[in-house]
Amino acid sequence: MKDLLGLEKMTRAQIERILETTRPMKALFTRSIKKVPVLRGKTVALLFFEPSTRTRSSFELAAKRLSADTLNIAVATSSVTKGESLLDTAKTLEAMKVDFMVLRHSSSGAPDLVAPEVKARVINAGDGTHEHPTQGLLDMFTILEKKDRVDGLRIVIVGDVLHSRVARSNLWGLTKLGAQVTVCGPATLIPPGIREVFGKKVQVSFNLEEALRGADVINVLRLQRERQEGNYLPSLREYTELYGLNQNRLRLAKPDCLVLHPGPMNRGVEISSEVADGPRSMILEQVTNGIAVRMAVLYMFSGPNGFTLDPSEIEKENNAIEPALRDIA
Amino acid sequence: MNLPRKNILTKNQVRVLIEKMAKTILKTVPEPTAEWVVVGIQRRGVPLAERLGRHLADAGVPRPPVGTLDITFYRDDMDEVALHPIVQDTDIPFDVTGKVVLLVDDVLYTGRTIRSALDELMDFGRPKKIYLVVLVDRGHRELPIHADVAGETVSTAADEMVEVHLEEIDGEDAVWLRSPGKESPGRKGAR
Repeated sequence: MKDLLGLEKMTRAQIERILETTRPMKALFTRSIKKVPVLRGKTVALLFFEPSTRTRSSFELAAKRLSADTLNIAVATSSVTKGESLLDTAKTLEAMKVDFMVLRHSSSGAPDLVAPEVKARVINAGDGTHEHPTQGLLDMFTILEKKDRVDGLRIVIVGDVLHSRVARSNLWGLTKLGAQVTVCGPATLIPPGIREVFGKKVQVSFNLEEALRGADVINVLRLQRERQEGNYLPSLREYTELYGLNQNRLRLAKPDCLVLHPGPMNRGVEISSEVADGPRSMILEQVTNGIAVRMAVLYMFSGPNGFTLDPSEIEKENNAIEPALRDIA
Repeated sequence: MNLPRKNILTKNQVRVLIEKMAKTILKTVPEPTAEWVVVGIQRRGVPLAERLGRHLADAGVPRPPVGTLDITFYRDDMDEVALHPIVQDTDIPFDVTGKVVLLVDDVLYTGRTIRSALDELMDFGRPKKIYLVVLVDRGHRELPIHADVAGETVSTAADEMVEVHLEEIDGEDAVWLRSPGKESPGRKGAR
């Protein structure tokens, strides 16, 4: 696999391998020298066609901690404003011999368009309302680290699921790892046809209190005000009344329920400050984990053929030598 | 499957060898004190380091703390390795600065693993001195690196494989020599 375009295209074994590699990456953070030379001499271009602070700086730090060089293409100052197409920009970077293109774009499918045209690994850092795979991976890693498993957990995703690439990557990843997911929000913000895509693995609820009962994890989506021009909501205030996560509602979930939020938060809209800053909140931990996950992704995709994983081959590798020798001994 | 392999060291020979190595360490490292530490290279250097630590303590010197090192991020051939290996724990629960470090691995071959390990150790601090301790030295060095303590020196052909098996990982103590051509792909990437 050359590129990380979305979790929809990944297998459970691939996802698990990245999460497994995230642990040693996170362990590096506690060293006094937080940098290892594994990507020395590689160049990571950060191509952000949409404003982003945390994802861009997270990728940049991830690349630097693996000793790669980074190249920031800020769209406001780039040739894109002069009318250069996305593909021309990508091919120009390719001619500069970059090894990775980390791409954020407001159009769904933009990374899929670029990927087959370049040799560089394309990492989707969020495309339109499609996917944000590294966010999905870091959410899963955060859950895995605290709960030791994802399989069988009851996970609620609440908010603007319709416009959320974070929700989509979560849905693909979590269902592949065997979680029971409930998406919750006003009917106007739940994508029609979600049941057809995911079947029984995903429940839909329009009532947050009901959805929260017995939940192990709640992932609160950011209410994307910039995408609310289509009259999806009567008012922000009504949204908060019905779907805002506050302390009282959180009590309905399991006592050890984790609260996730991809950031940036609208405090007092989709999440109360009390919850965001409370003991269940994983929000800052997610930021730390985001760097480790992105390090794991850059490392795993840097192989000569991209991310290579043949589960049967690995199993063979583990089993081949020892039993054969034991027979003799 | 009938693969050409030869048992070089039996269970008892491996155990006797490790005890002997501990004694050699005591002769090689001047005045072992509390200021020494043992670091095992993943994976089979780790149980080996632990066993050496126990033998040293049995000999009456202060038992050295044991750490583990995974050198994957410091390898020089990652561009050629298609299947990136699973990264094992690196756990150095002590400051290496000013310490005498016994760096332990199962097999010394090209020396590239040791080069990686030395670079990684230096990122943890500035040891006073590093000794290299291996169970088997099989020759064919590609870098100017030598073992201070080698349990056994085995002469091999470059395309042969030396496989150290340890109880903790493999369920048996033994050293095997695997001859070329017909071996299963297995652990080629391991070193």
